[in-house]
Amino acid sequence: MLQQLFSFKGGVKPQTRKAPSVQSPIGQVPMPLRLYVPLHQSLGGAPNPLVQAGEQVLKGQVIGAADGWMSAAVHAPTSGTVLAVEQHVAAHPSGLPTLSVVIEPDGREQWIARTPLDHRSLAPERVRELLRDAGVVGLGGAVFPSHAKLTAARTVPVEHLVINGAECEPFMTCDDLLMRERAEEIVRGAAIFRDLLAARRVLIGIEDNKPEAVAAMQLAVRRLGEDHEVVAVPTRYPAGGAKQLIRVLTGKEVPASKRSTELGVQCFNVATAYTAYRALAHGEPVISRIVTLTGNVEQPRNWEVLLGTPMRDVVALGKPKADTSRYLMGGPMMGFEIGDLAAPVVKATNCIIAGSPNLFPPNPPEMPCIRCGACADVCPHELQPFELYWFARARNFGKTQEYHIFDCIECGCCSYVCPSHIPLVQYFRFAKSEIWSREKEKQAADAAKARFELRNARAEREQAEKAERLAKAAAARTSEKKVAPAQAETVTSAALPAAEAAPATDAEAVRKAKIAAAMERARAQRAAVLPRNTEQLTAEQKQEIAAIEARRLALLTSAAQPAGSPPEALTIPEHPTE
Amino acid sequence: MITTLAIMALGAVVLGAALGYASIRFKVEGDPLVEKIEAILPQTQCGQCGYPGCKPYAAAISAGEAEINLCPPGGIDGVRKLADLLGREVKPLEAEEKPKQVAFIDEQTCIGCTLCIQACPVDAIVGAAKQMHTIVEPLCTGCELCVKPCPVECIFMQPIAENIDNWKWKYPVIEIKRAA
Amino acid sequence: MTHYLFIIIGAVLVNNVVLVRILGLCPFMGVSKKLETAFGMGAATTFVLTVATGASYVIDHYLLMPFGLEYLRTLSFIVTIAAIVQLTEMVIQKTSPLLHQVLGIYLPLITTNCAVLGVPLLNVANKYNFVESLLFGAASAIGFSLVLVLFAGIRERVEGADVPTCFRGTAIAMVTAGLMSLAFMGFAGLDKYQ
Repeated sequence: MLQQLFSFKGGVKPQTRKAPSVQSPIGQVPMPLRLYVPLHQSLGGAPNPLVQAGEQVLKGQVIGAADGWMSAAVHAPTSGTVLAVEQHVAAHPSGLPTLSVVIEPDGREQWIARTPLDHRSLAPERVRELLRDAGVVGLGGAVFPSHAKLTAARTVPVEHLVINGAECEPFMTCDDLLMRERAEEIVRGAAIFRDLLAARRVLIGIEDNKPEAVAAMQLAVRRLGEDHEVVAVPTRYPAGGAKQLIRVLTGKEVPASKRSTELGVQCFNVATAYTAYRALAHGEPVISRIVTLTGNVEQPRNWEVLLGTPMRDVVALGKPKADTSRYLMGGPMMGFEIGDLAAPVVKATNCIIAGSPNLFPPNPPEMPCIRCGACADVCPHELQPFELYWFARARNFGKTQEYHIFDCIECGCCSYVCPSHIPLVQYFRFAKSEIWSREKEKQAADAAKARFELRNARAEREQAEKAERLAKAAAARTSEKKVAPAQAETVTSAALPAAEAAPATDAEAVRKAKIAAAMERARAQRAAVLPRNTEQLTAEQKQEIAAIEARRLALLTSAAQPAGSPPEALTIPEHPTE
Repeated sequence: MITTLAIMALGAVVLGAALGYASIRFKVEGDPLVEKIEAILPQTQCGQCGYPGCKPYAAAISAGEAEINLCPPGGIDGVRKLADLLGREVKPLEAEEKPKQVAFIDEQTCIGCTLCIQACPVDAIVGAAKQMHTIVEPLCTGCELCVKPCPVECIFMQPIAENIDNWKWKYPVIEIKRAA
Repeated sequence: MTHYLFIIIGAVLVNNVVLVRILGLCPFMGVSKKLETAFGMGAATTFVLTVATGASYVIDHYLLMPFGLEYLRTLSFIVTIAAIVQLTEMVIQKTSPLLHQVLGIYLPLITTNCAVLGVPLLNVANKYNFVESLLFGAASAIGFSLVLVLFAGIRERVEGADVPTCFRGTAIAMVTAGLMSLAFMGFAGLDKYQ
């Protein structure tokens, strides 16, 4: 059946430069000396470490448990000893450290017990849980936990399941090689997703510059007797963006405020489908991924890398040329520069590109925006990057939101075509993270306000209760007519008239006096049994405290008296407020 | 002459009556503006503005009694937002702007006096009498109100370090053309 | 009918009260920093100006003229306008406190806004009847609001521009206003095509 194709707006056609890295098959990276597995490798909650230094782990053992529903587990990539759970530099544009598990491999590659499962015999909820605990996340680069995407919208049945093999970024070929070599597993993984979502049709979209991958996938589909449709889509960056591929294959345009499931479409990367199949049918969690090593290296190739392998070890396999000056993680359009090659390969690492001044000439100086509109022509989300730039540059974040900055997928098309060489995406990233941090601050302020108000309410209530208690005690005392004059000064002025207004009966007063006496006895007993930690001080310490107290008294009487703070705050209270 | 005076007087009486009626009919009670101002303030409840909390300060601004540049935790950004809302001029901050910080209790020195617990406006300190206290860091607003009451001076302020969760993309630095 | 159309177009564009007659510059410069406040100020002025022209026509024709008190025109107009502004202020304070706070001192300033006093005086000078007066007042106010909103929009954008330090703030606003005025002078040829 001939698939009718649609087109998305904008996009660019950079040189693909994919040829060098597809010459050799996927290679296995030799076992590194140490593995640094970061615990936070997916969107959502950061997993909690389950292992301690010194512990032995098996290959595939869970070392970080998923934190809540929107999270994914992390596993030991090989068997060995946990050396430490510590901060280690992350594969992140900031180059800051993150909590990682350091494992020294023992070389035995001893697996945990793997139980192959058939997803059709399990409840869908159970399958989603299994995927979460196997650490299956979107391997296209967004690392969104896959199980969270496998729930269809209640009202709209899923019409299309889109499997994304477009791989539109230049240089990158990891999905291409995966499709060529492991097509059957991808097709089976797609079938799992289809069954979970009850999707009617499965569309596998592959850019038409990868005929070998298309052929391999078609063959696999035929051999397995599935009814997936493998569709070659025109090569145009960013055809591999989820919304763009959905548009090309189904003609549906996902609006800004909606998820694609609300239109009956869901999209997964081919590598995600592959790992989902491995996780269910072989019981193997996500412990490795295919990484393209290319650019300014002698031997560009795709490697299967254990997660946590330092990038330095991977890069060395490609023999970087002498003039290599920097390394990028991800493609040249959306990737970022890695400052420190000690950073480990993580689930989001699809490609490492060695760059040289020849390959990526340094950015020419930024010139003023001439409002030519070239960026708006190529924006695949039909935004107006020059307007966004104008307001982001002036730090007018309210306006950037009016111009829908959060619909920007940071694909880099606008920066690519800008004749003034303005790094537009950098401005948008800056504006986005500024808006997020302000949002966080606002939430913190609201929470602080709520806590402050609750505290004030509690203080008022306690004061009222105390006044009431004192009034009752005073009433008891006045009726006994013995101790009143001596203790009158401790009774608050507010309590006195109340006590006079409501004289208690004699019997009640006697009982209350007895209770008070009992409480006093109990307190004395407790004080005798439990020595205060302030009582076992050396003379030196006592002296010090006395000096501090004297200083504080002087400070407080001079500073707090005008503010009207009550003198009782000076004494250490018997019952703290908490 | 008399008619002139009479006409002008009549006009004055009519207008005066209309205004008098309107002032009763459209009497304003309360001030919803206070809430809008309070929403901008950082809610540290630190009292550095000279008012006992964010709400009283907001009320003072609304009444025109206070300047808008008295809130150091809000920073110059806060001043700018207030100026925007109220149509006033942006003024430089009275006190110097500090980086965001949280309180830290040296638990070895703490004697468990609970004085800091009573001082904390947002209940961010836990502990009991004669037991060690500690700060619940995510709740701490960095108001410094707990520092002074401590009798053994074991509380100090620490600036919040940049980590991977609060890291932000920086403003793109424009490269100055290298001299040829 | 075309006569009324000419009054409207003339007041809004050709003889724009701010940019051509150069009346009411105070709020034009003062309340044009943000688009929202400009809208508010425009609406308030439109209301006040329309009512003020109507009221001053009535006062002029039924109070001043019959008794030959034309020499008290300016005085009585000011008093009327002041009262109307006060009324408007109270209503705004009740209905939209934020707008009231934002307009700040500019709302009472409408009292002494030369546009508001100038338009009724121009009505008298042009010998407009009641309907024409109201129309001229409303159209002038719409012209005022139009340029105020345009100007605020430009200023919001200029905020983000690389303005040389010595031109920042009011200076660049003045330059902008001058350019806008030049542009509006171009409407002067409009009536040649009738």
